[in-house]
Amino acid sequence: MKPVRSWGRLSSDPHYAFGLNNPFGVKSIVCHGTRKGVAHGMGRSYGDICLNPEGALWVTTGLDHFIAFDDSNGRLVCEAGVLLRDIQRLVIPHGWILPVTPGTQLVTVGGAIANDVHGKNHHILGSFGDHVQSVSLIRTDGEIIQCGPHEKADWFAATVGGAGLTGVITQAEIQLRRAPGPWLDAETVPYANLNEFFCLADGSEADWEHTVSWIDCITGGGGRGLFMRGNPTSDGERPLPRQRKLTMPVVPPVSMVNQFSLRPFNMAYYYLKKWQAKRVITHYEPFFYPLDNLLEWNRIYGPKGFFQYQSVVPREAGQDAVQAMLKEIARSGDGSFLAVLKTFGNRQSIGMLSFPQPGVTLALDFPNRGDHTHRLFERLDAVVREAKGRLYLAKDARMPRQLFEAGYPRLTEFIKYRDPGISSSLSRRLMGS
Amino acid sequence: MNNKKRIVVVGATSAMAEHCARLWLAKQPVDLTLVGRDAQRVERVAADLKVRSPQSEIRIVQADFFNPGAISATVENIFQSGNVDIVLIAHGSLSSQTDCQEDLEACCKTLEVNGVSPVLYAEAFAKQMERSNQGTIAIIGSVAGDRGRKSNYIYGAAKGLVTRYAQGLQHRFEGTGVKVVLIKPGPTDTPMTAHLKASGSKLASVEGVVKLIVDGVESGRLVVYAPGIWRAIMLVLMHIPNKIFNKMDI
Repeated sequence: MKPVRSWGRLSSDPHYAFGLNNPFGVKSIVCHGTRKGVAHGMGRSYGDICLNPEGALWVTTGLDHFIAFDDSNGRLVCEAGVLLRDIQRLVIPHGWILPVTPGTQLVTVGGAIANDVHGKNHHILGSFGDHVQSVSLIRTDGEIIQCGPHEKADWFAATVGGAGLTGVITQAEIQLRRAPGPWLDAETVPYANLNEFFCLADGSEADWEHTVSWIDCITGGGGRGLFMRGNPTSDGERPLPRQRKLTMPVVPPVSMVNQFSLRPFNMAYYYLKKWQAKRVITHYEPFFYPLDNLLEWNRIYGPKGFFQYQSVVPREAGQDAVQAMLKEIARSGDGSFLAVLKTFGNRQSIGMLSFPQPGVTLALDFPNRGDHTHRLFERLDAVVREAKGRLYLAKDARMPRQLFEAGYPRLTEFIKYRDPGISSSLSRRLMGS
Repeated sequence: MNNKKRIVVVGATSAMAEHCARLWLAKQPVDLTLVGRDAQRVERVAADLKVRSPQSEIRIVQADFFNPGAISATVENIFQSGNVDIVLIAHGSLSSQTDCQEDLEACCKTLEVNGVSPVLYAEAFAKQMERSNQGTIAIIGSVAGDRGRKSNYIYGAAKGLVTRYAQGLQHRFEGTGVKVVLIKPGPTDTPMTAHLKASGSKLASVEGVVKLIVDGVESGRLVVYAPGIWRAIMLVLMHIPNKIFNKMDI
């Protein structure tokens, strides 16, 4: 057994890890195990969705082979452990791009499907599952299920965003999107309060493919921030940015994000970026994946790890709910540097347990300060519940079961598709098995 | 005939061989022949490489690894479609030392697959390359072949055989157009578990090791330690007197 952590580094419990190194051998590992397991890709989800202490982890990163790519129509077939990074690097020179990508490209295709990840262009292109044409699942009883939007659509709806609980995803077919190249025309616009944020968001949706914002939840009264928007551009060839990778070399004894560092840091970041705010042509990597060049950045939160709290609340309640959450955070004295505020488009997700829904999403991370942090979360939960919102499973390590059940009304429908041989910490915590 | 560099990889389904191939293809389109035992698994590798480099020509050869006659025929066949610029001989399997001690069958398999078979392949390629007086033979040995120790001496003995063999072959081809490169990787993380490694473990990543191999083959170095630090480590280990070495728990 070996200790395995998820991205939040909240636990380091022992797991029986099995590498799924070739697709022909998956069945023999997944079907004949004595203990229940769950698929595990890059371990980039923050909480316990990819963990299964004392049980099996089926590590999918060895399933890293492309199977076919048709340059003429942008259809890509690959194994589930292929990284989004490798897809981008393969297809962008051919004039294609992943239609939807999350804030890191160091995740597997299987993980992107199982969490139905979203990106900065949700208002135009929805979430990752919207572009998947077909998925192969291996169930622990040996059955192989091929599903997609037009084939066993019920299985597909359960599997997209299904937290890996419907079977092990081994292969997928993705419809890529035309892209003029690796460049984006991007602009940063500072906003002073939430009113301005919502005006910017609404005003940008029609003309900008990508929108997102960094929100300063602590200084300046909370609620000011930087709105970033971008569009793909074919504007000229220019030299590629130099790749400089830094690694956070150690786990500091205490979190480097704390009440002393956060205020000056947030203030400096806000003003620095405000002065620099302008329109630039940028490469897709720093635009989509600003943290990917700082390897193991999750270590800055110290040995106790950190939580990420991501909610979505419907638009009617949105502004008040976000304001209320910011107020609670300011009152707690805890805070978050990586705070992201974004509006989702007006579309329902495919998956029964997909996170995105029409409204506004706020993502915040908090160093783990034990009870203090949990009490803050309870107050944030109350705001989310009141606003009829939900929390994102890929980020969650602690939400109460009632909040999960209230936020995900298709849960009872989903349960029928679960694979009885698959279990994770998250599934036991929120679904009882 | 085309003018692409012609590369043959024996043991194409090994993680190291496959990553070497990916790197070669990323540099420029090549004419690549993949030799393996399990056709299904070699086809998986070939399909992936074809997607990564559509301009490359990729052929598959299913072959026996132990029958000398079959090996000889396989290699002759490969040369029938032209000379080979680089052959990477990469097959092998890291078996458990205890299995080898318990079961002579396992012991024999370990010696054959890691020692005898790579040597037979190299010898078959040497014969062909000598005729054309050009080409590079790259063989994957191991730091385990530098000195025997209790935790893996059967595997180490097989890799030691490869080391001695490569030395002799280098001697034989000195001053000719044929180059022989012996690669000695240290313990390497397989890609499948790299990110799961417990903190503190210092295994090298397969991508880093592979870059050293490809660069070493390119420049025709005699011995490539990958990562390079193993040259120093093994230099020290090889000079520890037996009396002391044999008391060490390594």
